[in-house]
Amino acid sequence: MSVVGVLVRREMSLAWARGGGALLAVGFFAAATVMLPLALGPAPARLAAVSGGVTWVVLALASLLSLDRMFERDFDDGALDLLALGPLPLEVVATIKCLAQWTVSGAPLALAAPIVAVALGAKPAAAPMIFVAAGLGGLAFAFLGGTGAALALASRRGGVLIAVVVLPLLTPPVIFGGVAIENYTSGLPWLTPLCLLAGYALGAVALTPFAMAGACRNAQS
Amino acid sequence: MITALNVEDLAIQRGERVLFRHFGLRVVAGEAVALVGANGAGKTSLLRAVAGMIRPVIGRIGFDGPAGPLSIDDARRQGCHMLGHYDGLKANRHVRDELVFQSRWCGGTAEAALAAATRLNLTRLLDLEVRVLSAGQRRRLALARLIGAPRPLWLLDEPLAPLDTVSRALLGEVMAEHVAGGGLILAAVHDPLPIPVRTAEIGQ
Repeated sequence: MSVVGVLVRREMSLAWARGGGALLAVGFFAAATVMLPLALGPAPARLAAVSGGVTWVVLALASLLSLDRMFERDFDDGALDLLALGPLPLEVVATIKCLAQWTVSGAPLALAAPIVAVALGAKPAAAPMIFVAAGLGGLAFAFLGGTGAALALASRRGGVLIAVVVLPLLTPPVIFGGVAIENYTSGLPWLTPLCLLAGYALGAVALTPFAMAGACRNAQS
Repeated sequence: MITALNVEDLAIQRGERVLFRHFGLRVVAGEAVALVGANGAGKTSLLRAVAGMIRPVIGRIGFDGPAGPLSIDDARRQGCHMLGHYDGLKANRHVRDELVFQSRWCGGTAEAALAAATRLNLTRLLDLEVRVLSAGQRRRLALARLIGAPRPLWLLDEPLAPLDTVSRALLGEVMAEHVAGGGLILAAVHDPLPIPVRTAEIGQ
């Protein structure tokens, strides 16, 4: 097993242990969407109209849940120093951390998203598309959330700070994803918003590791 | 392979305060240097600056290999162990997992990590969670990566602090072996180290 494999194994096990892993995020996602019919009333037409948008907003919030511990634990216990002196640059370490976060929290949320959206009244035929869109969106959420987590290092009450820093950055994927579902349901072209979503996610994957590594070095100094 | 560490005319500032200036030090292969100084004199900061985590205000830090100066980044990534006040151990992971991860991450093998555990009397603890270890046991676990992953330059911050007499003697043996094998040690200490060392004083 290479040194990358060693780090991936550690990060996966830490991501899984962090705040209950997948179960917590999916549980929050389900609980928050169940509240919607209780608040809006059970009329199916009204729920179906908002199902796509609501799924995305709650998805974004659910993916924020365990972010605050992503770099903070390693910073607090000195493991970040150890990681900085390892064979891989911090940029690669940050990428692996975000991918682990996505695997443990983003992928299960992507599986839950079509179920939740269909339960709220989206067309069952849209389920595969919602799954793909939620997976891509989750990738953007993990990397942008990781950036917020790295920036909030060394600040107390980092969790709230991360949410405030990160939520504006999450609006593009929420818009593209919501529109993709909306268009699919009403028979309009949905591939364009999906491609924009993919572009945004890949842009985040390509650029944010540099920001995360810089923020970590800044916190260490 | 690092054969010498050079620190020239170094000044480090934390916040508004200059900790020290005009600090010079050369450590060569086969040498252990004890860094002494009052609390707050800048011992930890110097070690972190050598490891590349603090940028000095002025001055130069360099590493030499057998064939002249080394790339500073490679020297740190491949040739430098740092053990600070925080040991980088995760409380909710098992001793074995942390031991093997730390050693392999620093370039060692799993077998070498387990051999290091035997050497430092950690074998009985391998299946426990890190959270139940005492301070001295944690320190020994962190020290295991020095043996498990061979790197020439050891930067140690108060390595003796939580250790009992037996473990101190054991660490002395390990350090003596490292130095005899051409290693370099720079250790910030208050108590005298259990091996012959040169002393460098820090402070204004």
